[in-house]
Amino acid sequence: MTTTMTKPPADAAPEPSRRGRRRSKAARAGGTLHAGPIAYIILALFTIGSLFPLVWSAIAASRDNQRLAQTPPPFWFGGNLFDKLEIAWKDANLGEAFLNTTIVAGISSLTIVFLSTIAGFAFAKLRFRGRNALMLIVIGTMMVPPQLSIIPLYQLVAKLDWSDQLQAVILPSLVNAFGVFFMRQYLLQALPDEVIEAARVDGASSWRVVWHVVFPAARPAMAVLGMLMFVQSWNDFLWPFLVLTQNGSPTVQVALAGLGRGYTPDQSLIMAGALLGTLPLLLVFAIFGKQIVGGIMQGAVKG
Amino acid sequence: MTTRHDTAASPVKGGAAPGRPPGGNTSAEADHKRRAKLSRRWQRDMRWSPYAFVSPFFLLFLAFGLFPLIYTGWASLHTVELTAPTDMKWTGFDNYTRIFDDEFFWNAAKNTLWIGIISTVPQLLMAMGLAHILNYKLRGSTFYRVVMLAPYATSIAAASLVFVLLFGRDYGMINWALDLVGLDKIDWQNGSWASKFAVSTIVIWRWTGYNALIYLAAMQAIPQDLYESAALDGASRWRQFIHVTLPSLRPTILFTVVVSTIGASQVFGEPLLFDANKGASGGSQHQFQTLGLYLYEQGWVNQHLGRASAIAWAMFLILIVIGIINAVISRRLRASS
Repeated sequence: MTTTMTKPPADAAPEPSRRGRRRSKAARAGGTLHAGPIAYIILALFTIGSLFPLVWSAIAASRDNQRLAQTPPPFWFGGNLFDKLEIAWKDANLGEAFLNTTIVAGISSLTIVFLSTIAGFAFAKLRFRGRNALMLIVIGTMMVPPQLSIIPLYQLVAKLDWSDQLQAVILPSLVNAFGVFFMRQYLLQALPDEVIEAARVDGASSWRVVWHVVFPAARPAMAVLGMLMFVQSWNDFLWPFLVLTQNGSPTVQVALAGLGRGYTPDQSLIMAGALLGTLPLLLVFAIFGKQIVGGIMQGAVKG
Repeated sequence: MTTRHDTAASPVKGGAAPGRPPGGNTSAEADHKRRAKLSRRWQRDMRWSPYAFVSPFFLLFLAFGLFPLIYTGWASLHTVELTAPTDMKWTGFDNYTRIFDDEFFWNAAKNTLWIGIISTVPQLLMAMGLAHILNYKLRGSTFYRVVMLAPYATSIAAASLVFVLLFGRDYGMINWALDLVGLDKIDWQNGSWASKFAVSTIVIWRWTGYNALIYLAAMQAIPQDLYESAALDGASRWRQFIHVTLPSLRPTILFTVVVSTIGASQVFGEPLLFDANKGASGGSQHQFQTLGLYLYEQGWVNQHLGRASAIAWAMFLILIVIGIINAVISRRLRASS
């Protein structure tokens, strides 16, 4: 790792380093060194490790069940992929599951983004008594594990007769301290005080400031938070698993758990379901990956 | 700009605005009244709207966070059956003595601890190394960062289902690979350590890339001149990493350790779906039953919600103890540096 490349290649293609470049050992500042071949090899291994289980689920889904009960395991695609995807889609009630999960994740992430932005703005830019104490409480709530509240919530759901109703999943998910913290951190540095003051001078009320100043300034962070919350909600497992059933109104995760815990012996079908349940998010990451990475890293600094 | 600002900031004192031509006496008085009224509204707005902005979060937290947390403690002192979840009978601390006498509670606590250690330590170490590499000037750095997040985008359910197959005893790819290099096949389901290792692998796979990005963000925030002066002092790359990078990352490391600890205490979906017998016992010998799974088994399989509440509170207390230990250690570290 001590070798460094002095001439950075101009292109940004994700391929391993070409050899034969001139190297120098003049190691200087730590963060700006160019990566050597070992770094690229390690990265390649991590890339394979990250993607392999996903690719392999597609390979397994494209084979029939007998083939999966043989060694060596298959390494390339068979011809059944689309048949299996179709059967898994029907068997696991995935159509309804997709619709339900989209509703749940959509409502939940939009609401969290809205509430987090106004609360984050208040914590970042407004003065009020008890601000620091309340912010500490917000951070403290991040430490409370969700498992601690599932039993009373379950009792509540039973009392209200809400099992298999989507609001039973949506409402508890709206408590999100991370969102408040995230928006506060962003608005602290992204929204200059002068802009707010200027709006105040023009006679804008606090709500108008939120609407016309804060929301436009916070838009990038709101988009990132929305995506993170959508992912989290889409993948949420424990609580939906307790209050929704596979044949009632499942989310995708509940449907997948039903597929895995049911008595279908068809492993390739299970893989097809797992693949289907993951594809929408992988697509989101493929398109907005850069923004999501930026958002996670932004939320991490001083985190 | 500044003059306008002054008058608007104190509209009570100002009387008529400077820009407006002074009118007759009566109109000035009306104007004054209107402004006083406006300024009262203004003051009310300045004073109360911050609370209005933060109140939705706190109301939701009270309803779906704090109240259930306390009520769980209350329910843990009662007998509550899953079939009649709103029917509660007082039993005092019976639920606690029951679970503390149950060997499977301690077994689950031990498993949770081990799975927590096996999954968290390698995960954070690998994440640190990965972040260090990603911090180099790389071609296609965005590509690598996004790829590292692909496991994070994969749900617990989907990931567990895939790994169950990869860890299969007879036809799984991992055992096939072991066989290929001349090692014995491992029974990943029934082996005590093997199963814990397999469950931990799912956790490690899903979270390493995410933590690497968090470390990377913190590394990029380290000022360059720290490295430059270290290099001038003749520090090697390794010594720079030890003496510049790691100390600067201490708050971030603490943050990831805390978050991972909480996450590790919650592990539920992975062992649930990893079980080939499709039960909630975490394997035939409870070999990979975590506390989360034990809670589910007591509450939703054995239908004792009261006992499950006691488990939840016991977990909470354990977490608080771990938190205190964590705080003490980090204070020591800070004091020693």
